[in-house]
Amino acid sequence: MDITFLLNGETVTAQAAPTVTLLDWLRVDKGLCGTKEGCNEGDCGACTVMVTDDHGARALNACILFLPQLAGKAVRTVEGIAAPDGTLHPVQQAMVDHHGSQCGFCTPGFVVSMATAHLNGRSDHDDQLAGNLCRCTGYAPIVRAAQAAMNMPVPDHMRDTAPKADTPFAPASADALAAWYLDHPDGTLIAGATDVGLWVTKQFRDLGEVAFLHACTDLQDIEVTEDAIRFGAAVTMTRVLEAVTTDYPSFAAMIRRYGSVQVRNAATIGGNIANGSPIGDNPPALIALGATLHLRRGDAVRDVPLEAFFLAYGKQDRKPGEFVTAVTIPRGRVAHRVYKLSKRFDQDISAVCGGFDVTVANGIVEAAKIAFGGMAGVPKRATAVEAALVGQPWTTETIATALPAFAQDFQPLDDIRASAAYRLQGVQNMLQRYFADLSGTAVDVRGISA
Amino acid sequence: MSIAKPLPHDSATLHVTGAARYIDDLPTPNGTLHLAFGLSQVARGAIMTMDLDAVRAAPGVVAVLTAADLAFVNDVSPSNHDEPLLAVGRVHYVGQPLFAVVADSHLNARRAARLGKVEITAETPILTVEEALAADSRFEDGPRVWTKGDTDAALSVAPHRLQGRIEMGGQEHFYLEGQAALALPQEGGDMVVHSSTQHPTEIQHKVAEALGMPMHSVRVEVRRMGGGFGGKESQGNALAVACAVAARLTGKPCKMRYDRDDDMTVTGKRHDFRIDYDVGFDHAGKLTGVDFTHYTRCGWAMDLSLPVADRAMLHADNAYLLDACRITSHRLKTNTQSATAFRGFGGPQGVLGIERVMDHVAHVLGLDPVAVRRANYYAPMGEVAGGLPAPRHDAPHPESISKKARKEDIASRGAQVVADDRADVPREVVNATPYGMEVADFILHEMTESLLVTSDYHARRTTISDWNARNPLLKRGMGFSPVKFGISFTLTHLNQAGALVHVYQDGSVHLNHGGTEMGQGLFQKVAQVAASRFGIDVGAVRITATDTGKVPNTSATAASSGADLNGMAVADACDTIRDRIAACLGGLHQIAPDQVHFADGQVNVGGEVMSFAAAAMLAYQNRVSLSATGFYKTPDLAWDRIKGQGRPFFYFAQGAAVTEVVVDTLTGENRILRCDILHDAGASLNPALDMGQIEGGYVQGAGWLTTEELVWDDKGRLRTHAPSTYKIPACGDRPDVFNVALWDQPNPAATIYRSKAVGEPPFMLGISAFAALGDAVAACGPQWADLQAPATPEAVLAAIGRAQA
Repeated sequence: MDITFLLNGETVTAQAAPTVTLLDWLRVDKGLCGTKEGCNEGDCGACTVMVTDDHGARALNACILFLPQLAGKAVRTVEGIAAPDGTLHPVQQAMVDHHGSQCGFCTPGFVVSMATAHLNGRSDHDDQLAGNLCRCTGYAPIVRAAQAAMNMPVPDHMRDTAPKADTPFAPASADALAAWYLDHPDGTLIAGATDVGLWVTKQFRDLGEVAFLHACTDLQDIEVTEDAIRFGAAVTMTRVLEAVTTDYPSFAAMIRRYGSVQVRNAATIGGNIANGSPIGDNPPALIALGATLHLRRGDAVRDVPLEAFFLAYGKQDRKPGEFVTAVTIPRGRVAHRVYKLSKRFDQDISAVCGGFDVTVANGIVEAAKIAFGGMAGVPKRATAVEAALVGQPWTTETIATALPAFAQDFQPLDDIRASAAYRLQGVQNMLQRYFADLSGTAVDVRGISA
Repeated sequence: MSIAKPLPHDSATLHVTGAARYIDDLPTPNGTLHLAFGLSQVARGAIMTMDLDAVRAAPGVVAVLTAADLAFVNDVSPSNHDEPLLAVGRVHYVGQPLFAVVADSHLNARRAARLGKVEITAETPILTVEEALAADSRFEDGPRVWTKGDTDAALSVAPHRLQGRIEMGGQEHFYLEGQAALALPQEGGDMVVHSSTQHPTEIQHKVAEALGMPMHSVRVEVRRMGGGFGGKESQGNALAVACAVAARLTGKPCKMRYDRDDDMTVTGKRHDFRIDYDVGFDHAGKLTGVDFTHYTRCGWAMDLSLPVADRAMLHADNAYLLDACRITSHRLKTNTQSATAFRGFGGPQGVLGIERVMDHVAHVLGLDPVAVRRANYYAPMGEVAGGLPAPRHDAPHPESISKKARKEDIASRGAQVVADDRADVPREVVNATPYGMEVADFILHEMTESLLVTSDYHARRTTISDWNARNPLLKRGMGFSPVKFGISFTLTHLNQAGALVHVYQDGSVHLNHGGTEMGQGLFQKVAQVAASRFGIDVGAVRITATDTGKVPNTSATAASSGADLNGMAVADACDTIRDRIAACLGGLHQIAPDQVHFADGQVNVGGEVMSFAAAAMLAYQNRVSLSATGFYKTPDLAWDRIKGQGRPFFYFAQGAAVTEVVVDTLTGENRILRCDILHDAGASLNPALDMGQIEGGYVQGAGWLTTEELVWDDKGRLRTHAPSTYKIPACGDRPDVFNVALWDQPNPAATIYRSKAVGEPPFMLGISAFAALGDAVAACGPQWADLQAPATPEAVLAAIGRAQA
C-alpha cells in the first residue's frame, strides 16, 4: 500500500511492507545514508529523525519506526537540516565551532535531536540529548554547542507542514479498531513500536496482521477533571509527562528517566501497560495511585483496577480481541512518590521501580499503596508491608518494623540488572527513602551540585 | 603556522551534514552481496553436525560458507594462528562464527543465519579466573613475573603491611559504527577492501593469506571509522576476510556489517582483571615493597592478550617509584570472547591496581590520599641526574623476526617475536621503573601542585566533610588520580611510519600516511604538520584515505602513536619536497637554498616573494619531483618482554584529575558532580582536538569503572549485548562542572613539534571518579569498604555495607 509523507520538504510515496523501518527505507531504498544505524533497537539515537504532525515536531528513532507510522507526517533527516542553499543550521555550525564531533557517526542523530530541541525552544539539553549516545566526546562539547545555538533563530525550512494522506494499516477510530481486532484477534496492535519494533529488528518475528494505532485520535485524549486524569491508551509518554508534572512531580521525574526523548515521543502509556512487562515503569507508579484500566472488546467495555490486570508473568486479564482504551488516575495524592533504580540514570531499564502512596492522618498510617516492578513476574503490591504500616504511627520505628515484610511479599530474581539481594535491600531502603523524602531530607543525588 | 591552532576536525562539516561516508554508506555496484555469520550458541564443545539446508533455502541466499570452503588459510588471528574464521571441529565461545551466509541483502543474510541446525556436544566451559587456574588454562607456559629488588625481604620488614584485592570488569568498546567491511573483486584475482579498521596492513595481510595471494594483490582503504578505541585493531579481520573470500567465490562485491548484538557477542572487549596486592609501607605512606598478582581472562584465543597483559605490568607502578616490587601476571584462557585492545591496552588495569593501593594505604594511615601519592612519586625531571639519556644506537634487526617474516603476522602487536635480549639495562639507573627504565621526564609534582590549587582541593575537602556531617543519606566524596603513561609500541619494530606527499603544480597538497582516522583528529593534526612545513594554509592540504597502496607496511593506529609517528613521517616527506623546491628556486636566483623561506602561503626567495602555488609551478617547469615519501622510526627503544627489562618507551605522557561525586547511601546511586583535569599533551599540535581526547577519555574511563558492566551467565553467554543492557555514559553522566586544562609545556623528547601523544592517557583519569566513590563510601563508616569495579549502584551499596560493618 502507498504510504505518503513529506521527506525533507518533498512529498514522497513509499511502497513497502508494513514492518519496513524508516531507517532501512532511507538507507537502502532512498540511498540517504546520513541517518545511521547504531544499535537497531532505539537505544543509541544515531538514527534520530524529526517528525512533524499535529502535535508538533518531535525526535524519533528511525530504526524502530515503521513506514505506516509516517503516513501524513513530515520527516526531516540530517540531510534536510541545513538550508536548501547549503547554509548550516545553527546547531550544525555550533557543532563545528565547538568541536562537537569526533568520529562523527553519532553526529547526525545528535544534530537532528538538537535541531528539534532548538525548534521547540528547549534548553534542558541533558534531557533532550539523553537518547543520543556518543562514545568519543564525553558530551561536554556537544552541550556547549547546544547552548551556543540556543538563541539563534529557527531557520524557516525547519517548520514543516504535514501533508494530508491516507493512513494505511491504521484504523481511524477506536470503533474501527475494535471491529478490526474482533476480526483479527491474533493480529498485532502497534502503537509507538518501541517494543514491537525490536520484535522485528532483533527477533525477526512475523507480526501477522497488524493495526497501527496512531490514526485513532480518540485514543489520544487526555481528560483532566477536578479529581481525575484519564489518559487515552495511545497518549505518548511525552504527553503523560507534561500532564502529570504539576500533580505528580515525582512521577514526572521518573518518566523523564523512563526512556529518552525519542522513546517517550513514540511510546504510549497503553502500550507500556498492555505489553505486561514485569519491569515496565508505569505500572508500579500507577498502581500506587490506584489507577483504573479501561478495556474494550467489540462494543463491550469494562474497567479493572490496574493491579488486577497483571495475572502472571506474560499473562494479563485481557481477552482475545480486547484492548486497552484508557487509564485513569486520581488527582491530589500529594504523598505519591516514584523511585527508579537502574545502573544508569537515563534511559535504562529498571532493576526496581517503586511507587509509594501512604496516607497519614494524625500521625497514624491510614492507608498505604506500595507497588514495585522488577520484584516479581508482574508489577505487584507489597501487601504485607502495607499491612505492617497501616494503623501504625508514621515513624522510623514503624518503618523498621515493616522492613522484614518485604521478604514475604517478594522473592526477586538475580539477573543482569541486579542481584536478588540488592533488589530486596533496594526496596527496603526505598521505603526508608520515602519516609525521609516526605520529611524533607535530601534524598536525590540529582538535586546536588558541586 | 598552522601548528598549535585549535582547528576543527577535518570532517566536522561532513559529520554534521551527514555527508561523511562510513563503510555501509559507500555506494556499491549493482549485485553487491551481504554476509552474516551463523554463531555458536555453545561455549565449549565439539561440533557433531551442521545442517545448513534451511539456511541455503532461505530467501535471497546465494551461498553458505563453512570452513571446508576456505581454500587457503582459515585464520583471522593477529598473533597465534589460533582463530579460525569459521570454526573447525570445536567451538570455544558463545558467538564464535560457524558459517557465513552470503545473500542479496543484509536482512536476508541475518535472517538466514539463524536457521542453521548445529549440533554441538557441550562440555563444561572454563569461564572464571578460578576455573581457568584450576584447569591451568592459560596462554604461555606459566605466569610472567618481573621483579625489582627483594620484594619478600622488603615486605617482611615493612613498618606497615596490608593485603587486598580489586576486581575490575572488562569494557565493551561500543564504537557507534559497528564492524564493517566491503570487498570489491578486481581483475586477476586481486581484491580491494574497504574496512573499518585501525590496522589496514593487518587486513591486507589476512586477506592476502586467505586468498592465497601476495600482499601486493590486496589493497585496503580506510577513510574513517565511526570510533575504534582499540576494538578495530584486530576485530575487523573476520569481516574483511569473509567478504574477500565470498567475493572471490561469487565474483560479486561483498559487504558485511555486524548488527549491534552480533558485534557485542562476537568481538573481544577490554580484558577484565583481578589484581591481588600485598604492600609494605612506612608511616608516611611511602611504599617499601609491593607484590602484585594480575589475573586476566583473555578469552578463547590469544589475539593481543600478551602485550595487553605486559602493558598492565608496565603500568603497575603508574607514577610511583617502587624500590622493591614483584609483578606476576596470569594470562588465562577462557571460553569467552577473545579480549582485545582497548584504549590504554592493559595500562588502565595496571594503573588501577596501584591507585587502589594508594587509597587503601591512605585509609589505613588516615592520611590524605594525595599526600600518600606524592610521597611515592618518581623524582622530578630536574632532579634526575643527566636528564634525558642520549639517543642510543638503533637495535639491529632481530634475527628471529626476519627468519619468521614470511609466515608471521609481524605487523601486529600480537606478533610472536623472540625476545630481544640486548635490552639489558645498567644496574645504576636511578628513578627507575620496575622494568629498569629511568624516568627522566617526570612532571607530576608540578602538575599536581597546580591542579590542587585550581581545583581548590583542600578547601573543598573541608566543605565536603562538613556537608557530609549534615546529610544523613547522601554523601559526597573526592578522588585524585595521576597518570604516567608510556608512549611507544612495546613491540619495538612497530614504532615506524611512512607518508606519501604530492605537491601539485597549482600548489595544492595531497597528503597520505599510514595512520587511520577514527575520530581522534589525526588527519587534521597531520595536515597541520604538512601545512606548517610548507608554510601554507591547512586548507591547501587534502587529506586522503589511508591506503595500503600508497603507504605500505603501516602499523596499527594504536598505542596513542598516531600523531607522533605519522606526523614525523609526513614532516620528513614534506621537508624532502620543500628542500627540492628550495634548491630549485635558489639555483634560479643564485642564492643558497637555505635563503629560501616558506611562510604565510608564500615563498621568499632572497627577497623576491611568490605564492607557494607559483613556486610549485616553477619547480614543476624546472622538472623537479614534487612527490616524496617520508619515513620515521622512534629512536632509543630496546625492550625484553620476557625479562621485563629495557627502555620500551620514548617518553611518558602525564596528567592528573580531581573528581567529586555524591552517593545515595540507601541505593548506591551516584553521580559525578565536578571534575578538574590538568593534562600534559606536550606542546599541543591542536589544543581543541587534544581537549576532546581528554574530555572524552575521562568520561569513557569513568564509564568503565561505574555503569559499564559486562555480565556472562553460567553457560558463558554474554547477557549484556546491546545498549539496552550495557550502559555507557549518557549525556547527563558527564560532570556538571568539567574544568580541563592543558599543561602545554614542550616534550623534552624530540617528538613532532614537541607534542605528546594524547589518545590513551586521559582514559586513566577516569580512575579519579572511582577513587571519589571510594571516598564517599568511606564517609559512611570506619571500615575499609573495598569498593570493586565497576562501581554500579549495587557495588557501591555493598561497599557502604562493608564500611558500616
